[in-house]
Amino acid sequence: MIRASTIKTLKIDDRDFSARHDETILDVARQNGIFIPKICDLKGLSPVGACRLCLVEVKGSNRLLPACSTLVEEGMEVTTTTERLQRYRRNILELLFTERNHVCSVCVSNGHCELQTLAQKLDITHVHFRYRYPNLDVDASHDRFSVDHNRCILCSRCVRVCDEIEGAHTWDFMGRGIESLVITDLAEPWGTSETCTGCGKCVHVCPTGALFEKGKSVAEMLKRREFLPYLTQMREEHS
Amino acid sequence: MSKLRLATVWLDGCSGCHMSFLDLDERLLAVAEKADLVYSPLVDQKEFPAGVDIALVEGAVSSEDDLHKIQVVRARTRILVSLGDCAVTANVPSMRNKFPLQMSLDRAYKENVTLDPGTPTQGVPALLEKVRPIHEVVPVDVFIPGCPPSADTIFYAVSELLEGRSPDLSPRTRFGA
Ligand code: SF4
Ligand code: SF4
Ligand code: SF4
Ligand code: FES
Repeated sequence: MIRASTIKTLKIDDRDFSARHDETILDVARQNGIFIPKICDLKGLSPVGACRLCLVEVKGSNRLLPACSTLVEEGMEVTTTTERLQRYRRNILELLFTERNHVCSVCVSNGHCELQTLAQKLDITHVHFRYRYPNLDVDASHDRFSVDHNRCILCSRCVRVCDEIEGAHTWDFMGRGIESLVITDLAEPWGTSETCTGCGKCVHVCPTGALFEKGKSVAEMLKRREFLPYLTQMREEHS
Repeated sequence: MSKLRLATVWLDGCSGCHMSFLDLDERLLAVAEKADLVYSPLVDQKEFPAGVDIALVEGAVSSEDDLHKIQVVRARTRILVSLGDCAVTANVPSMRNKFPLQMSLDRAYKENVTLDPGTPTQGVPALLEKVRPIHEVVPVDVFIPGCPPSADTIFYAVSELLEGRSPDLSPRTRFGA
């Protein structure tokens, strides 16, 4: 399906860009090599604005806006990097580390983890907040996959891919705020899930070591996400 | 110019960071030209001396003994360096934090033991309820994440500190590196 699109012009960090009306600030930044940190966003899944890492300043708005879920507008003036934004982003990332138990040295995703890579990129050499050390479980009941809640950052990528792409909607959230957990079916063991098809998509979109294939040891869990843009594109063409 | 006074300290860590320090190999000689190693598990000096310029501290704070040591180190040191993930994040030692201390002790000394089960109390320091990274206990000046940080990273950091500069570590190391 070809939709009529209009072109918007905007400024990002004082540079001029033009973009389709249905593109987000993050899309434009990404296409032009401007780095905006992000972790819940994944191309091919609907944006949710959950992590707030991609917050940017937009002239005329007294709120900070998430670049991943804010559409471009004519005449928009966006600033992606300021002292204040850097401070907020570092705080958000540091809080993610304190909320669960991240022990990179023994994690399946060590060296291939989006959280870890972002921390390094944002110059985080230590965490200022006190760690919480919650007592969380690992569900290893599935034949091929495990979920380790100690490493989950509640980004909802698993929920979205399973619902929007696989059509199974096995994953969802339970609880509120800091007590939230991802669950399979009605908080039943993943291994007994009647909806899970075993496709593994959730495992591969998960940015951290929270979802992984069984049999993978420390630093062995490489995630492959190339499938996602193809699947989304094919669906658009056939719908 | 008089030499700077360097110390290394071993709290609750696996000694991997010290091994990585030893991996400086011949570069240890370059360090020795600029600094004297006045205290370390590698030298025979029992008491942490006064007037230390740089202390590299490996390990998390897990016991009464660690707590006492790090307070002495802080009081007598100009630049305190958290060396490695155990010092910086409490890392693997902190994995017991999600259980009450007594549960860990019972697991280690009673449940899995056939000979004389019981928690040792003589000649060992009491464990703290929670393992903590060093900067949650005393102020830290420099953080070198990594498990362990590579010899190159340690050499870079120590060289910069010996020259009176502050090292820029993010490009060189990270949690779990
Ligand atoms: S999920 Fe990422 S940040 Fe968390 S322990 Fe594993 S490697 Fe480290
Ligand atoms: S394996 Fe596939 S069907 Fe099962 S939970 Fe993951 S995404 Fe959903
Ligand atoms: S399991 Fe992974 S993908 Fe799902 S919410 Fe947690 S971190 Fe995100
Ligand atoms: S990437 Fe925009 S809010 Fe998470």
